[in-house]
Amino acid sequence: MKNKYSIFSLIKNAFSQHENWKQAWGNPEPRKEYEAVIVGGGGHGLATAYYLAKKHNMKNIAVLEKGWIGGGNTGRNTTIIRSNYLWDASAGLYDHALKIWENLSQELNYNIMFSQRGVMNLAHNLQDVRDLKRRTHANRLNGIDAVWLDTKQVKEFCPIINISQDIRYPVLGGTLQRRAGTARHDAVAWGYARGADAMGVDIIQNCEVKGIKRNGDQVEGLDTTKGFIKTKKIGVVAAGHSSVIANMAGLKLPLESKPLQALVSEPVKPIIDTVVMSNAVHAYVSQSDKGELVIGAGTDAYISYTQRGSHDVVEGTLKAILELYPIFSRMKMLRQWGGIVDICPDASPIISKTNIKGLYFNCGWGTGGFKATPGSGDLFAHTIANDEPHKLNAAFNLNRFVSGDLVDEHGAAAVAH
Amino acid sequence: MFVINCPYCGERDQSEFSCGGEAHIVRPKQPTELSDDEWAEYLFMRKNIKGVQFERWNHAHGCRKWFNMVRDTSNDKIHAVYKMGEKPPVI
Repeated sequence: MKNKYSIFSLIKNAFSQHENWKQAWGNPEPRKEYEAVIVGGGGHGLATAYYLAKKHNMKNIAVLEKGWIGGGNTGRNTTIIRSNYLWDASAGLYDHALKIWENLSQELNYNIMFSQRGVMNLAHNLQDVRDLKRRTHANRLNGIDAVWLDTKQVKEFCPIINISQDIRYPVLGGTLQRRAGTARHDAVAWGYARGADAMGVDIIQNCEVKGIKRNGDQVEGLDTTKGFIKTKKIGVVAAGHSSVIANMAGLKLPLESKPLQALVSEPVKPIIDTVVMSNAVHAYVSQSDKGELVIGAGTDAYISYTQRGSHDVVEGTLKAILELYPIFSRMKMLRQWGGIVDICPDASPIISKTNIKGLYFNCGWGTGGFKATPGSGDLFAHTIANDEPHKLNAAFNLNRFVSGDLVDEHGAAAVAH
Repeated sequence: MFVINCPYCGERDQSEFSCGGEAHIVRPKQPTELSDDEWAEYLFMRKNIKGVQFERWNHAHGCRKWFNMVRDTSNDKIHAVYKMGEKPPVI
């Protein structure tokens, strides 16, 4: 890769006060025609383009982004990475991603700040205890590291948790995946963008798709705010806006788009060195390298594209956070935001061909897509290049809603949706 | 979060209501004769519109009655509220 980042390039650029670093990716105008076009310049879309170029030798491709890359859900999530899913198909998919995460900084020559600090999921009632224990067993059968911790071990692993049995939802134990953790979310988009650009992929920002042109059941191209672009293969990775693009092609998807909120506190010294998730009370917390607490809330229970979300959802989450971590009672929240997540009826994603030739969808990641970014890109690239799914995403086809062969992770995936 | 004008109770906070999704999806008259594709269409496939959408709501923490609503999902502005069985307004 040209302009390789290393200790030597750092020293060399220090002599010129870091004013001569080259742009990490270009800003080209779209060509008239591409071999394939990816719609959506988030982590999943950029990863798809990267693997299409790297593993499938497709260099004449473009990524279209209506805003700026990584400005959608890639920059709005709570950066949690884990693979402790219940069902075999999900375990295969998410652990494939986790294995790529483990070497991604080296592969991209870009520090994505991947930190395997562990993810702990708490149990607050007897049913939680049964479900979470069952999940650790299922995980281990699938080769995924998972252990059950009793209340005392939870406290040892994360000492600020309130384990009093007198609170409304007492901590009865939890599961721990030590290989899980976090990564710097926008660095993931930037790293993939730089890697794809170096292999000749055109990353076109501020370019919104307005229509999909079909000739019978074969796609012919896209109408965009930068003119018509001809292509025979379109991969749509538009997250919350997937249905909007699908409707342009006359296709309906089994999705509902809802706002999901997150918030960060003022920065403080290191206080929590892991990720703790609690399904029953719906409160997720970790601490960023800047020192902010990163808190994930739930979705609003109605369709909306407003990227804000309701106050009562945040209030509910913070109540739960305060009961579990009384030490945070005087923290001030700094920022709150919402992203639009596309939720499938079975809370599993769709990485699939459609009945329109040359039109592929990667969507339905709902509230938990960030963790899958590299695996999702890899498998979607395989699906687009070969016009056939990889065995790891075969179960995540669109046809499962017709056949009934759902991957029902609702409530099984260690989080509520 | 917004305020909804329940046709039975008047204006209340949205948090008192639950959303039942897309409205006017007609239950199949002859379920036994439906193909798998038609079942999928009825059960799962949704328009999920960004813009003006017709949807069902339930006043879950109030009168517990169902009604219909026309709302713009791009800005959460409510255009109309009408009772079940009433003809949808033209927006």
